[in-house]
Amino acid sequence: MTETAMATDLLEEEEQKSLQSREFGFWVYLMTDAIIFALLFATYVVLSKNSAAGPTSKDVFDLRHTAGETALLLISSLTFGMATIAMARGLSGRVLMWLVVTALLGFAFLAMELAEFQGMIAKGAGPDVSGFLTAFFTLVGTHGLHVSFGTLGILVMIVQIPLKGLTPPVRSRLLRLGLFWHFLDIVWIGIFSVVYLPGVM
Amino acid sequence: MNHSAERSVTTYLTGFVLAVILTAIPFTLVWGGFLSGMAVYAVIAVAAILQVLVHLVFFLHLDLKSTPAENLFFLGFAAVLIFIMVGGSLWIMTDLHHRMM
Repeated sequence: MTETAMATDLLEEEEQKSLQSREFGFWVYLMTDAIIFALLFATYVVLSKNSAAGPTSKDVFDLRHTAGETALLLISSLTFGMATIAMARGLSGRVLMWLVVTALLGFAFLAMELAEFQGMIAKGAGPDVSGFLTAFFTLVGTHGLHVSFGTLGILVMIVQIPLKGLTPPVRSRLLRLGLFWHFLDIVWIGIFSVVYLPGVM
Repeated sequence: MNHSAERSVTTYLTGFVLAVILTAIPFTLVWGGFLSGMAVYAVIAVAAILQVLVHLVFFLHLDLKSTPAENLFFLGFAAVLIFIMVGGSLWIMTDLHHRMM
C-alpha cells in the first residue's frame, strides 16, 4: 500500500468518526427538543380549560381537519422512509423522487395548519384571547415551525443530492433529517391525542 | 444508526399499517361517540403510547442490539427528565387548583 492510499484510508476513517459523532449529537438535540415539547404539553394540559369565557376547544376544533393533517404527516413519514431505503441502495433518482413527494406532503400539512390558524383568528379565537388559546397556539405553532424547518431541510437535500451525489456527508445529513422528520410525526401523535381528541369530547 | 442496509420496505409498511390502525381506533371512538368518560381517555392514551413505540421501532429503527448504547441511554435520561418535570408540574398545578376551589 502506498503512502497516499494509506493517507486516504485514514482520512475516510476520520470522516466516518466525525459523521458518527454528529449523528449522536443530533440524537442529543432531538431528546432536548422532546423535553421542550413535553413541557409545552404540560402547559397546555394545565391551561386547556381556562377559556376565559371565550371560545372553548369544542367551538374551535374540527376533527375532520385534524384527521387530514394526521394522514398527511403519517404518509410523509412513510415516503421519507422510502427515500432512506433508496439511499441505502444508492439510487439517487429514486431518493430525489421520494424527497419531492415528502416535501409536497409537508407543504400540504403546513397549508392546512395555516388555514386552521387563520380560520380560528378570523372567528375571534386568536392566541391573545385566553390561556387555553395561548397554550394551543404555542404548542401546535412550535410543531408547525419544526415542520417548516424540516421541509426547508428536505428542499436543501433536493438541491444537494444532484450537485454532490450520495457522498458519505450527504448520506449522513439525509439520515439525520430523516430522524428529525420521524420525530415530528411522533410529536404529532401527542398533539392529536392530548389536544384535539380530548378537546372535542 | 449505520445499519441502513437492513432497512426494508416491509419494515416501513408494517409500521405504517400499525400506525394507521392505532390512529383510526381513537378517532373512530371519539367521532362516533362510542364509550364515554375515563374509558375513552384510557383508549386514547394506550393507542398513543403504542403508536409512539411503533414509530420508534419501525421508523427510527431503535432496538436493543444495533442502536448504540449511548443513544438508548440518552433516550432513557430524557424520559426520566420528562417524567419528573411534566409529572411534577401537573401534580403541583392540580394540587393548587384544588386548594383554590
